[in-house]
Amino acid sequence: MSVKASTEHLAEVRDFVAAHAQNIGLSQKDISEIRLAVDEAYTNIIKHAYKNDPAKQVSIEIGSDNSKLWISLMDHGRSFDPKKYSEPDLIKRIKQKKRGGMGVYLIKKLMDQVQYNRKGTTNEIRMVKNL
Amino acid sequence: MKNFSIAIRQKEGISILDISGELDAHTASQLENSLKSLIDDDKYSIIVNCNGLDYIASAGLGVFMAYIEDVRGLGGDIKLTNMNDRVYNVFDLLGFPTLYDIHDDEHEALESFSND
Repeated sequence: MSVKASTEHLAEVRDFVAAHAQNIGLSQKDISEIRLAVDEAYTNIIKHAYKNDPAKQVSIEIGSDNSKLWISLMDHGRSFDPKKYSEPDLIKRIKQKKRGGMGVYLIKKLMDQVQYNRKGTTNEIRMVKNL
Repeated sequence: MKNFSIAIRQKEGISILDISGELDAHTASQLENSLKSLIDDDKYSIIVNCNGLDYIASAGLGVFMAYIEDVRGLGGDIKLTNMNDRVYNVFDLLGFPTLYDIHDDEHEALESFSND
């Protein structure tokens, strides 16, 4: 699916991946985890890659075979450098009244494999769940 | 469509927010506004009853992160209750249970305010 970069479409994006996961017979737990992972990835693109510009577009692909399910989100915004990422320290963030920064951490916890690719101007986050 | 709603009650001097639906980056501002207006009204003893909450993303948790220090600094707290397992699991993955007062039900949270 292709969707504008706006939090307005979050529920629609979650339902899109959940429908596929349901069709291939995943457990409710796996479906919940996939919904949350795609939510976090899409939210990060809206906020960080596109800086809340709802005119921009995000492509989302989902596929599966016997052993795994994969989801790719693609954008043409600012790229995310996974090398600069460090795990969030919740206590420190609360003290600094900072929110956010938890999305990537959640995605890594929820999915079995997470890859960031950049080809030309396209950023891709590819998330894999082993079945 | 916004699949999220908040209702506010007062009980024994405590403000109780009943939240239901899906709390994500789109709906988090509604929760934020409600918490802000309670704090502006000098109401610092707050229970968030998650009984109707079907889903939470990190943007929702971020709202709790942003206000807990202020509220505690003013002698209050934000206590969370009645989460379903899926919602609790997200709080747990991010390490919230050691830092936030999370109760199985609202009655327990009300009691813990009177013991604080």
